[in-house]
Order: sequence, then C-alpha cells, then structure tokens
Amino acid sequence: MTHELVEAMVGMKEKDAERIARGMLDAGVDPQEVLRLSQEAMQIVGDRYEEGSFFLPELMMSGEMLKKIAALVKPRLLSQATVRERLGTVVLGTVRGDIHDIGKDIVGFVLDVNGFEVVDLGINVPEERFVEAVATHRPQVLALSGFLSLAFDSMKSTIAAVEEAGLRDGIGIIIGGGQIDDSVRTFTGADSFGDDAMDAVAFARRMVEVG
Amino acid sequence: MVATEWQLADDGEEKRARRYASWLRPAGVEFAGNEAEQAHHARVTRLSDAFSLRTPDRVPVRTNVGFYPAKWAGITTREAMYEPQKAGEAWLRFNRHFQPDAMVSPLFAALPGRAFETLDYRLYHWPGHGVPDNVGYQYNEAEYMLAEEYDHLIEDPTDFLLRVYLPRISGAYEGFSRLGSLYGMVEMPFATAHMRTWAAPELRVSFERLAEAGRQVDDWLREIVPHVRRIHADGFPPFFGGSSLAPFDFIGDSLRGTREIFLDVYREPERLLAACDRLAPLMVRWVVGQSTPDTSPGIFMPLHKGADGFMSQEQFDTFYWPSLKAVILGLIDEGFTPFLFAEGRYGSRLEAISDLPPGKTVWLFDQTDMGRAKETVGRVACIQGNVPLSLLHTGTPEEVMAYCEDLIDKAGQGGGFILDIGAVADSAREENVLAMIRTAKEYGVYR
Repeated sequence: MTHELVEAMVGMKEKDAERIARGMLDAGVDPQEVLRLSQEAMQIVGDRYEEGSFFLPELMMSGEMLKKIAALVKPRLLSQATVRERLGTVVLGTVRGDIHDIGKDIVGFVLDVNGFEVVDLGINVPEERFVEAVATHRPQVLALSGFLSLAFDSMKSTIAAVEEAGLRDGIGIIIGGGQIDDSVRTFTGADSFGDDAMDAVAFARRMVEVG
Repeated sequence: MVATEWQLADDGEEKRARRYASWLRPAGVEFAGNEAEQAHHARVTRLSDAFSLRTPDRVPVRTNVGFYPAKWAGITTREAMYEPQKAGEAWLRFNRHFQPDAMVSPLFAALPGRAFETLDYRLYHWPGHGVPDNVGYQYNEAEYMLAEEYDHLIEDPTDFLLRVYLPRISGAYEGFSRLGSLYGMVEMPFATAHMRTWAAPELRVSFERLAEAGRQVDDWLREIVPHVRRIHADGFPPFFGGSSLAPFDFIGDSLRGTREIFLDVYREPERLLAACDRLAPLMVRWVVGQSTPDTSPGIFMPLHKGADGFMSQEQFDTFYWPSLKAVILGLIDEGFTPFLFAEGRYGSRLEAISDLPPGKTVWLFDQTDMGRAKETVGRVACIQGNVPLSLLHTGTPEEVMAYCEDLIDKAGQGGGFILDIGAVADSAREENVLAMIRTAKEYGVYR
C-alpha cells in the first residue's frame, strides 16, 4: 500500500504533503523515513513524466514539495548521514553564448530523481569551465544543452576542448536542446543526442554500466 | 473533433478584403521598377492564396531568420543592434541575394540597442549587454510578477503594468512606482493628490530617461526605415502587420516565469484563468491600436508554453487554448490573419487547434509531423515550415532539396502551404538556404 505522504505528493496535494510530513516528524518518525518516502514519490513523478502522463506543472510542483519537506527534515537529522547512494556523476550545463535553462533544468531534475549526482554549471558556460569541471568531478557523463543554432558551434568547441585536455576518454558526451538531432551530434562530435530528458537518463545508465 | 458554429463579426470580411487589397497594392510605395512591382504583386498573390487555402502558382517560400542576415553579411549581432546603417544594408543585400517571397525585415532583430540601454531594460540580454557580441538577444527570465499580484493584474492590467511591472523590468521606469491614482483627476478638488506625485524627483528622472530612449528609437527609425522601404520597393512584401501573444504566454514568459506559471496551474488555477481571460481582449486591442485599416493582415504570434511536453492535453484545453482562441477570433474579426508560430512540437495539439474558422489563420510548425498537420489543422488553415535548423546548418544542398521535395509532397498538395525554416535561424550554410528557396521555385510549381 502506498504511504499517504507518497500519495499526497504524487497527487500534487502540496498542503496535505506538508501537513503529513510535519505530523510524522512531530510524532517521532525517523526523519530518514520521511525523506525516503519523499524520494519514492519523486521517483513515481519521474516515471510518470517518462511515460507522458505528467508534464512540467507536475515536475515543478513535486520539486517544490520536496524542497519544503527537506527543509522540515533537515534540522532533525542532526549528525545522521544523509548521503544517498548515487549511480554516477553527470556534469551538465548550457553552452557558451546561450542562456536558456528550462531544458537543462528538466534534464538535471530527471537525472537527480533517477539517482545521478548532477553537477549543474548553469548557463552560458565557457569551454574552459566544462573542462575544469570534468577534470575535478571525473563524471561518467558530460551533458551539453543549448537552444540556439549558435549552440551547435559552442558544443563542438566544448567537446574539442575536452578532447584537447586529454579528458575525452572514459566519458560519454550527450547533447540536447530544441533543435538538436543526429546531424548536429555528428557535427559536434558528441556520442549521443537526447530528444527529451529520459534519453539523458538512458544514456547515463548505459555509461555507468560500461564504466 | 467538435465542429463549432462560428459567430464572426459581420464586418470582418470587409475589413479583411481591405487589408489584403492594401497589401497587394500598397499606397506610397514607389517600386524600383516594373519588374519589382510585378514581382511584389506575384508574391502577395501567392502568399494570399496560400493563406486563404487556395492553390497558388507555386509553393511560396519564406526564410524564418533572426540574425542570420547579419552573420551572412559579415557584421556582428552587436553591430546589427548598434549601427542601423550597417544593419539596413545587410538586410537589403540579404533580400536581394536570397529572393524570398516575403520580406526579411531588419525590424525584428536589428533593434535599437542604445535605447534599451537607456531604458535599463532587464527583460532581455543583448549582444555586449549580458551576452557576447556575436549572439542574438536572449530572454532573462525571472519572477517579475508575484503570485499575490494576480488580483491587481486582473482588476487593472494597465495600472499594474505601469506602476508595478515596468519599474521592475526597466530602471528608467522606476519612478513610475511613485505615480498616484488617476481617478481623482475627474474632479478639480480631488485632482491634487495625483498631481503632486509628479513632483517626486524619481518621476522626473524617469521622464528624462524615457524621453531620451524615445529620441533614440526615433533616430534608429530614421536610419533603418529607409532600408525597409527600399526592400519593399524592390518587390519584397512585408509579412507581418503586427504582433500579439497568447495570454498564457504573456503571463508565463514575461510576468511570472516558466516555473512559477506552472506552479500557478496547481496553486492559483482560478486566478490564472481569470488573468488569461482578462488579457485576451487586450491582446486584440494592442494590435488594433497600432494599426490602420490598411495594415497588412499577418499578425505574428509566437507560441511557447503550450507545446508538446510542456503541459498535458487537459491543461492545454483548460489553461492555454481558450484564451488563445479568443485572441485569434478577435483578430480575425478585425480582418487580420493570425500567424501562429508553434515552436517545438505540436503533434498532440493538432486536433484541438483545428477548431478554427477555415482559411483565416496560418500555422508555422517546427518539429511537428507535417503530414499529420496537413490532415488535421491543414484542412482549416495554411500550414508553414518546417525545414530543420540543424539540416540548414550541417547538411548539404542535396539533403536540403530532398527534405523540401518530400515536405512539399506531404504538405503542399492543393495549396495552403508555405515552405519555411521551422525555427528562427541565426546561422546557416548559404548554399543550403538557397537550395531550400530553389526547391520551392522549381519543384513547388502547381500544375
């Protein structure tokens, strides 16, 4: 049976979810359990987004609810370890010259609920910052986002910079954004391209298995 | 699909006829010669036929470009927005070289950067002002309107824009937050409360800066409009007579922000709907107020947040489409032909948007299946598109030609189709754009 907290979150009942979480914590339920149930709800939201029954309003709402519950839980966690087991790391960002973030944020969200550590570098990210982040975090996946046609060139130069720095081997590079298709993938030298956020998850899973 | 009985205004047809006639024979344009005049006539006829679901002589072709003419002519986007002479020349050369059926106007991309600087306009970044010198302007999204301000927007949209919203998105408007209520002005003894607010030093500063920005826009127009006139005189008809927005996008793009408006779908559904309904007639009046009875029919409406994947069909039917449809019908009643730019994918919306009076709208599709579009909304509206940006950027002319021929086969049958780029191009390979245009002119001939 689904827990009422999970049900409230998946049902987009923001006030109920907050009330239930608060009640559980006040009743002495392990804060880790509250967090675990919230994660379970987020996973269901991610799955429904993947199968096409949930859309951006549900992603945004569940993200808000998780943020609120995490804020309730945090002061009660004391010294308990909060580290979730992560499948792998993805370095993500919108390439130089492009400041679009909606698509990138969705990819980051869906990767996160699917168990990946996401290092989000933000928007208008120059080549050298991607190189630095890859050197520092040693991710399995580098995910480049861009909406404009100029992003094709920035993606290409970013991948070339990663290669020049000797960091290309062992990481998978995926590109995504409104106008990205296989011809752009070839043009940029990426390993894969994503039509939607779930393509990024599938790619990241493959890369982790290979690695 | 539910067929709707259309209640259109009685004088809509008359208004439309006048707009199309003035588009065909524009007053005050001195054509560069007989050839230019004939080419203009042929182009408007071709576009009008397609708009109205008739069969033209051949498939019309348009180039949906942003800053590509600047890049093609070898000037930066920064120069395009700061040196109107250079921009005007670049766009003029572009039209002459590519010979599209509709004017590629510099007024869409080569905007007056200096005036926006004076305005301290925060809603966008532009070249040299938040983004590099060689990329186009881009939107700077934020929560410019708070959720608790819906009531103000609904009760008095213009007051909200003038005294709350504009001071947030533009430094030059900041003084307007001090402006007092206008209502006392109707009686002499009540008027001073409003009048005295004009003494605030912040308002004077605002006024001076706005007047300066206005002069800069005037200077810009003085330099760029003669180029637009020359492009027109060369036989390239203007494609748009104005622009408007879907109320949901007006609120979601520029007032609330993407994240916030999608939260509003759950947190503030009634207010969000009331705001969309409130804005719908204003989206029509905005266009009418800036036009004359001879303004050309096409009204540009870029659509954003209703695309596939953004919201469910139920949410689209509830929150997005009803107020957009009201704007579309309102514009049709004024004799306009709304031009809906359905960026991204619109596959799941094709049935819903087919609920429109026939031959009165144009839909530019990006990554939507054009065969399906033809069979659905294509029965009631001209469809346009959808050559991929990626193909123009990375493909070969042969690949472009093959794509366009297939597209014309699928979407061009019987007319009601315009060949175009599916998204706004800031760059492309010249030979690919030429191949697209050539395919319309050669392969696209109706026999």
